[in-house]
Parts: sequence; C-alpha cells; structure tokens
Amino acid sequence: MDPIITNGLTKRFGSFIATNAITFEVKKGEIFGFLGANGAGKTTAMRMLCGLLRPSSGTAKVAGYDVYTQSEKIKQNIGYMSQKFSLYEDLKVKENIRFYGGIYGLSDKAIKEKTTQLLKKLQMEAEADQLVSALPLGWKQKLSFSIAILHDPSIVFLDEPTGGVDPLTRRQFWDLIYEAASRGVTVFVTTHYMDEAEYCDRVSIMVDGRIRALDTPRRLREQFSAASMDDVFLQLAREKAKS
Amino acid sequence: MRTIRFILQKEFLQIFRNKAMVRIIFIIPIVQLLVLSYAANYEVKNMAIDVVDYDLSPWSQRLVHKLTSSGYFRLQRHTFNIKEAYEDLQRDKADVVLVVPRHFERDLVKEDKAPLQLLVNAINGTKAGLANAYAGSIIRDFNKNIRTEWLAMDERNAPPVIEVTYSNWFNTRLDYKVYMVPGILVVLITMIGSFLSGMNIVKEKEIGTIEQLNVTPIRKYHFILGKLIPFWIIALFELAFGLLVGKLVFSLPMAGSIWLIFLFAAVYLWVMLGMGLLISTFTETQQQAMFIAWFFVLIFMLMSGLFTPVESMPGWAQVLTWFNPIAWFVKVIRMVLLKGSGLANIQTYLLIMLAYALVMNGIAIWNYRKTT
Repeated sequence: MDPIITNGLTKRFGSFIATNAITFEVKKGEIFGFLGANGAGKTTAMRMLCGLLRPSSGTAKVAGYDVYTQSEKIKQNIGYMSQKFSLYEDLKVKENIRFYGGIYGLSDKAIKEKTTQLLKKLQMEAEADQLVSALPLGWKQKLSFSIAILHDPSIVFLDEPTGGVDPLTRRQFWDLIYEAASRGVTVFVTTHYMDEAEYCDRVSIMVDGRIRALDTPRRLREQFSAASMDDVFLQLAREKAKS
Repeated sequence: MRTIRFILQKEFLQIFRNKAMVRIIFIIPIVQLLVLSYAANYEVKNMAIDVVDYDLSPWSQRLVHKLTSSGYFRLQRHTFNIKEAYEDLQRDKADVVLVVPRHFERDLVKEDKAPLQLLVNAINGTKAGLANAYAGSIIRDFNKNIRTEWLAMDERNAPPVIEVTYSNWFNTRLDYKVYMVPGILVVLITMIGSFLSGMNIVKEKEIGTIEQLNVTPIRKYHFILGKLIPFWIIALFELAFGLLVGKLVFSLPMAGSIWLIFLFAAVYLWVMLGMGLLISTFTETQQQAMFIAWFFVLIFMLMSGLFTPVESMPGWAQVLTWFNPIAWFVKVIRMVLLKGSGLANIQTYLLIMLAYALVMNGIAIWNYRKTT
C-alpha cells in the first residue's frame, strides 16, 4: 500500500475552501515535491496529512492510518520538519537529539548510538555541546532534518526546509534527502525553489486549493512545453492571474 | 512515563539555563519576603501629635507627658497657636492635634468637668480610628488617676470599675510579622504556580516549537504533566526555603506539622498550575498570559484576607472568597503554623482545594487541544 493516499481531501474555513478535493498518492521511497504559490493551500494539506488539522471531507491514509481516527498512530510513523524553530535554541545539540529521540520512544542505548552516528554524518562532533542558537542557519536545518528522521519514520514531511539557506548548504541538504529516500523513506517536501523541484521524483503544483499538475518534472516540462520547472510554475500562476 | 521523563529533563535544563528565570525563582521571592513582611505593618505607633496648650497648667503638662510617653504618640509641636497646628494637619506633618482650652485645670477642679478637643487626620480611616481610641483611652486613664488623687481616695474606696484582663492566644506578643509571613509565603508560591507555568507553555507557542511537538507522539497528558511538574517541584522547594527564612529571620512559630503545610501546598499548587495551564490555552504570547494571570492573582490576593480580614468585607465579597484558593491557603497556613491545627481541623479545606484542583485542571485540559 502506498504511504500516502488521498481522495477528495477538502478543508473549508467558513466559506473559504483552502484545500479543494485533492486526490493523489505518493509511492514508497519517492521524493514528492508539493509546490504552489503562497496561499495555494499547501500548508493546510500538509497539516491534514500530519494529523494536525481535521479535514472537512474526503479521505486520506498516511502510513496506512486514517487521518480522522488514527492521528496518533500517524504521528508515531512520520517525521516532520518545518521551515523554522523545530529545535530548541536554548538546548545543546546533544540535548535536542536526546529529547526528540526520547519522546519518539527510542531506548537510551539507541539514543546514544544514533547521536554518535548523526553527529558523525553531519560532521558536527565538535559542536555536540554547543547551544543550537550558536549554530549557523544551514547547520540548524541539516540538524533538524536529521532529528526529524532519527526515529526511522516511513514518511518525512518537510515544509520549506531550505528557506533562507545558501546554495551550497541547500545542495548538502538535498544529499541528506536523497540518502534518506534511498533507504526507503518517503519524502514529502514543499519548496519555493524551482531548481529543487527538479530534484524531486514527482511534483504536484497547487493553484487555489486544487492540484493543477502532477507528474515527473521532465513530463511536466513537456506537457507545458516549458524549458524549466520555473516556466511551468509561472504558466500556471499566470493562468490563475487571468481568470 | 518515559516520555514525561524526557520532557522534564528538557524543562529543567531550559529553566536553569535561563539566567533571568533563575533570578525570578530564587532571588525575587526572598527579597519580597524580607521587604513585604516589614512593610505590611498594621501596628500604628509614633503618630505625630501637635499640642495646642492654652492652659499651660501642671495638669495639662501631665496629660501631654502621659500621651507622649505611651509610645503611640510623638510630640511634633507644642504651641499656643492653633493655626500652626492646622497647618501641620494640612501638610501631613501631624496626625493628631490636641487642644487644651484655657482654664482647663480650673474648670476641672471647680466645675468637675473640662472639655478637650482632639482633631484627627482621618485620610486613613483605620489609622484615625486607632489614634482616636488610643488617645481616648489614655485620657480616660488620666482622668481616673486625677480623680483618685484628688479626692484623696485610696484604691479601696475608689468607685467600682470592671477590670478586663486578657491574654493573646496563638500570637502572644501580637507580632504582625508572625501573622504576615505565612500569608506572603502563599503569595510567593502562587506566583510561581500561576505565572511561570502559564508563561512557559505559551513560550512554546511563541517560538513555534509547539508545532513540532504536536506532530510527535507526545500525548496531551505527557505534555501537560511535563510542563507543570517542574513548577510544582520548584514552588514546593520555594515554600521550604521561605519557611526556613521565616524561621531564621522572623522566628516564625511552627506550632503545627510542617508536613501538613506541604500536603496542603501540594494540592493548592495544582489549582494554581491548572490556572496557569488554562490561561495558556487561550493566550498566544507571554505578555498576554502574564497580564491575565496578574489580573486574577491580584484580585485573589487582595480578597484573600491576607491584608485585610475577610470578616470585614461586604457580604457578597465574603461569598466570593469561597471561590478564592488563595484565601483558603492563607487561612490554613496561619492555622497550622500559628495555632497548630491538625489534619482534622483543615480537612474540609483540603477537600475543597482538591475539588478546585480537579475542576481547574479538568477545564484546562478540556480546553487544551493538540489538534486545531
């Protein structure tokens, strides 16, 4: 069964429809790019999938669990990283890892092992005892991501993970994403960077609460006869502006 | 339970790493205890008195001497000019003015009675009342003395007088600090319980980490217990510390069981922590949380009987104290420390507090949502 399946998933706030009957599925180990302009309904959709927001109608299953009734199960099986503030700035690097490991139910031994592995992978052994507030933004983001997948979730949701980060660090960040995907972790990522969209296996583009395009980046470029994902995105955005 | 352990660990690290927090927890309460206990003084002594003596007789001088040697009055000015005395009253330099009219002594001797005038600055009604009562009592005493002397009567022939002897129970030396310190201790731990806990939870909203916690498998009760237990422990610790300071600095009597105080405090704190939690559920920033907590704590505090007796409040206000947790704890801590009341004496209050704790936390938990 696919890790994420939605059917007609809708969220209304009063008369405003933030997410309008979206239907898609994400395959295991896939890097799924979730694109859209600000206010297109991406965050609402993502919050419903993470069990943070109750949908108004439609169905969705994440990691095999129903978003209406099994949101606690979903939380156990997903990782989540938002653009900002997922770590405690007044805790040390090590303490953040221990805290998130602990609340996901890892054993003390597992926490210790994973901490060593993670610090080694990020080459941050020397910073283990530093407060997170002292780290550069790019490092924080890489650390956040690594902590979000510390408990080996089957899916990880990334909400604009590379906002405000320099291109080199972004590249390194995507290496981490690829590495996770190669281990079978499904990656659901929102971004505003169109070059990042090219890195995804498949991309969906939301306009006004609906999914207007969904395919591999290459086929989307063909379909819209565009040179880059940037063009695809702009075409859809302009279409909206005209209507 | 393991999850709670990790949250507790994180909270304690964050609390003790925050220098401002450490000061709020350890220094401010001690300063408050030391300063407030001296400041909240209801004894009225050393009131400034102006004497306008038109008589200047030995008798009038004896009266003045008697007043000023009582300890309640301090001679501010001795004058023949009433205007000067009025001015002193006007400028708050005198609290009381005693006017001895001309021929005071003569009238007293000849006509068996003589008027005296007492002017009291009554801006502070309580103080004025006390000044009046003290002066009245001293003058009555003076009157009695001269009569005995004058009529050359010995004690046996004196007109019958009902003499009231009294003894003060529980606070024999009528030391107001013994009365105030327990109450101030209540205020201190109330601050920790309601302010800090609420602000701490709201802080997670403010910096956005609550979003992250909401997508983890942390349960509602994990989060709440993990957030409240640290402040529960800190407040109980603070109570112990405050009692120790009270004992060392103010020789606070501890007639009853200290454990009973802690038992009551343990339950009481859950009421205040529940209030902090409730406030955090409908505020978005630490400022909002603080102002709302301040609003309630101030009202609870002023209506608790800490500063003014509940019995002298109007009926409706007395009814309100039923719903005032601070009032109950102030009452109980005084009962236990000063009177030595035991569990049997306070068990009703303990049950009331338990009921509050359940209701307050029930509402707060019901109101706290992990999913929006």
